[in-house]
Amino acid sequence: MSTESPIAPTAPPLTKKALTADHPTWCPGCGDFAVLASFYKMLEKRQLPHQNIVTLAGIGCSSRFPYFVNSHGAHFIHGRAVPFASGVSLSRPDVHVFLFGGDGDGFSIGGNHLEHGARKNIRLTYVIMDNFVYGLTKKQTSPTSPIGYRSKTDPTGAIDQPVNPIKKLITAGATFVARSHATQVNHMIQMMERAHDHDGFSVVEILSECVEFFPGAFDAANPRKNGQFQIIEEKTWDGSAEDEARHDVTDEIAAYKLAGLPFPGLFGVFYDAARPTKNALEQKWINSSREKSRHASDLELLQASFDRIK
Amino acid sequence: MPTSAPPVTDASANRADLRKEHIKDAVIRLAGNSQDGIQSAGAFLARLAGRSAQEVMTYMTIPSTISGGPSIFQVRIGTGEVLSAGDEADFLVVFYQHSYEEHIGFLKEGGILLYDSDHVEPDTQDKRFVYVGVPITGLTVEALGGTAKDKGKNIFVLGLIARVFHLDTIKLEKLIQEKFAGKDESVANTALSAFHAGYAYPVGDVLVQLYHFEPGDESGPPQITMDGNQALAYGLLAAGIRYGAGYPITPWSSVMETLRTELPKYGGLFVQAEDELAAVSMALGFSYAGNLAVTGSAGPGISLKTEAIGWASMAEIPLLVINVQRGGPSTGLPTNVEQSDLYQAVFGGHGDSPRVVLAPKTVEDCFYIALEAARIAREFSTPVFILSDASLATRIEAFDEPDLPALMQPTAVDLSPRGPDFKPYPLNAITKHAPPGTLIPEGGKYPVVTGLEHDEFGHPTGSPQLHVDMTAKRRSKLQTLATQIPTPAVYGSQAGDTLLVGWGSTYGPIHEAVKLANTEGYEIGAIHIRYLNPLPNGLENLFAKFRRVVVIEMNDGGLYGYGQLASILRARYCDPKIESLTKTDGLTYRVREILNHVLKP
Repeated sequence: MSTESPIAPTAPPLTKKALTADHPTWCPGCGDFAVLASFYKMLEKRQLPHQNIVTLAGIGCSSRFPYFVNSHGAHFIHGRAVPFASGVSLSRPDVHVFLFGGDGDGFSIGGNHLEHGARKNIRLTYVIMDNFVYGLTKKQTSPTSPIGYRSKTDPTGAIDQPVNPIKKLITAGATFVARSHATQVNHMIQMMERAHDHDGFSVVEILSECVEFFPGAFDAANPRKNGQFQIIEEKTWDGSAEDEARHDVTDEIAAYKLAGLPFPGLFGVFYDAARPTKNALEQKWINSSREKSRHASDLELLQASFDRIK
Repeated sequence: MPTSAPPVTDASANRADLRKEHIKDAVIRLAGNSQDGIQSAGAFLARLAGRSAQEVMTYMTIPSTISGGPSIFQVRIGTGEVLSAGDEADFLVVFYQHSYEEHIGFLKEGGILLYDSDHVEPDTQDKRFVYVGVPITGLTVEALGGTAKDKGKNIFVLGLIARVFHLDTIKLEKLIQEKFAGKDESVANTALSAFHAGYAYPVGDVLVQLYHFEPGDESGPPQITMDGNQALAYGLLAAGIRYGAGYPITPWSSVMETLRTELPKYGGLFVQAEDELAAVSMALGFSYAGNLAVTGSAGPGISLKTEAIGWASMAEIPLLVINVQRGGPSTGLPTNVEQSDLYQAVFGGHGDSPRVVLAPKTVEDCFYIALEAARIAREFSTPVFILSDASLATRIEAFDEPDLPALMQPTAVDLSPRGPDFKPYPLNAITKHAPPGTLIPEGGKYPVVTGLEHDEFGHPTGSPQLHVDMTAKRRSKLQTLATQIPTPAVYGSQAGDTLLVGWGSTYGPIHEAVKLANTEGYEIGAIHIRYLNPLPNGLENLFAKFRRVVVIEMNDGGLYGYGQLASILRARYCDPKIESLTKTDGLTYRVREILNHVLKP
């Protein structure tokens, strides 16, 4: 299960230049540019071994991400990026798995996988660029489109109750759930760093405006557009009176309640709890199985199975 | 309850002449309900045959109901080559009236009907058979003492059979003890009591003649006994497969259960995913990460995996896909056999998405085909299908123990550094991916694997010429593989009247049919196609040697009268003499069915 990867002793520092690949194909003004810039920044700060970074995605505008990062990467099929990334994560403890996608990929076609990836607490970081619309296919209703949104598939306005991503993630069992906004670069970097530090299934939902098909969707949370970017105040456990009112990120019910606030809601970490990852639980089983068989070689193990059916 | 009532019998004396004392081969069918444990009694016989260097093949039916229902287990034991589970039974054991009525037609003339006289009243006026009535239920209850009720009558019958066929009781007792090792001692003791009670029953009073199997040649390598799904799982372990993902479905599930249990011992992992889509996607994640992985299912699940398998073709990520075929379409016949997923395996993707398709012919071949599939997947960086089926999955065979030290494959992930000019998709070579963790030196570009059409570096492209070239690249590696596949050998007559062509589990009955027809003077040969996509080269030369070519398979003749392989061969060779014999009754071919068709004027 463990894989030794050769780390070059004289590896050059990881710079934005080294991390930059193709020029993004996104529309000018797309929120995803800032998400990409924040990701570069976060990697520069972390200085992970270059060859151990892996950037994965499903299908959608934001899922073009791997082409724009010079790292190992895979552009998989629509909706199935979570199980694909899980396969990488579970078999390669030495690599850092970063997964990118949009609201359609994550909450609609891939909704079931999001549930189970979260439940199993697979170690990976998933950034969901939520623009409330299908952009790549040019303006159809998405699972997060608000009621009343006029799209090509809801010309008189969307009528279906939208998904509340944070509520969905909390109830599914994700162990780190945060929310950010593509106009807030420092906040995005912070959230990505904390998500990456978290040992488990960590998700950051980033409201990322589609300037083409849903312009102004997130102005209500953009101070430069007279909106309010309101950050969750987390408990510091200093025993002070004001700390009483702050949010306990390990409190699932409190997190769920915060997620129910009316749009544009709050930003920051809603939930951050420790629970053993599937990676660790499987490794535990592997270790105890190996011990029970006294670390027999593969050949000895299979030979012993054959000896039992002679 | 009668205790030691004399066996009910009739007509035995005057038919004894039909039976030989020393036999090379016998077909024993046990018919009862699925909860009677007839499978485990049959499995003991199969294991015994394996330990006695005898050939053995079993056949079973299981109802697809949740619990209970009529069920059979048939075991054919022979000293020579055993190719099929047998068209007729020499010895039929029936537990219930319905078992008798359903299966008496399967007993050959002169055969023995052993029945539970507590439940069955046979028509003893039918003088074709020898009737041996034994109060199986009553005697089992008596032998085991009330609390177990009639549980254990399967082992009682095993004792009876051991007596009738002079089986090696020491080996059988050892098998029983091994089977219950680890459980409470009383369990094995109860089973042994039932076995001894059956063995002690004075069945010889009726059957003036008992049987002896001619001894097997025990000088060869030891034999191992298992079913096809086990053989696939062990083959994957030998092939160095350490990761996989699946979702439960009959008749595939036992492959994943074995891998889930075994892989952690090898430091690997098999994940039960939330659905088939996740299973194939996770397996591709394992493969992308440098660990060639396996997923599998039956037809309905393979349908769900299809999109991701197309991605594997496009991104050139190796993957093993096992389809343990059952009757379809849709939920179909979940516990019956069919070979109707060949088109799905070969063509079941959108776009031009070449993949390799192999099919094992026997339980033994399930082991070796896993090794071959893994070799091809690694060398050609391609998805490879293994088309097994319900009959291979559940039947037990004994075969020579594989030479594991020679066969075991390495498992290490290849993270050797690549040059700065590394390309994941070179046009002039077969793709060899650099998994995550591989260092690409400064000045180089880290690879992105993708389902979009791409250039040599994995950049998306809309270039018409690149789509032409990349499509050819993905196809031509399979053409290269085709040149390496052996042309199948012809079995039986090397030229002449009729060439039978089979694939998958029809191997046994087809070859037995050829053997029989040859002894009767017919010029009939057979080839078995193990590599279905790409096909081996040179088949046309074999077809040219025969007047007729008959492709035999378990699927529908379709709109134009040709089964799935027959259609592919006709499209490939444009040879109008290629005929088709198909069936869709969900049962394996009987030798007689094949001969009746082939020999008809």
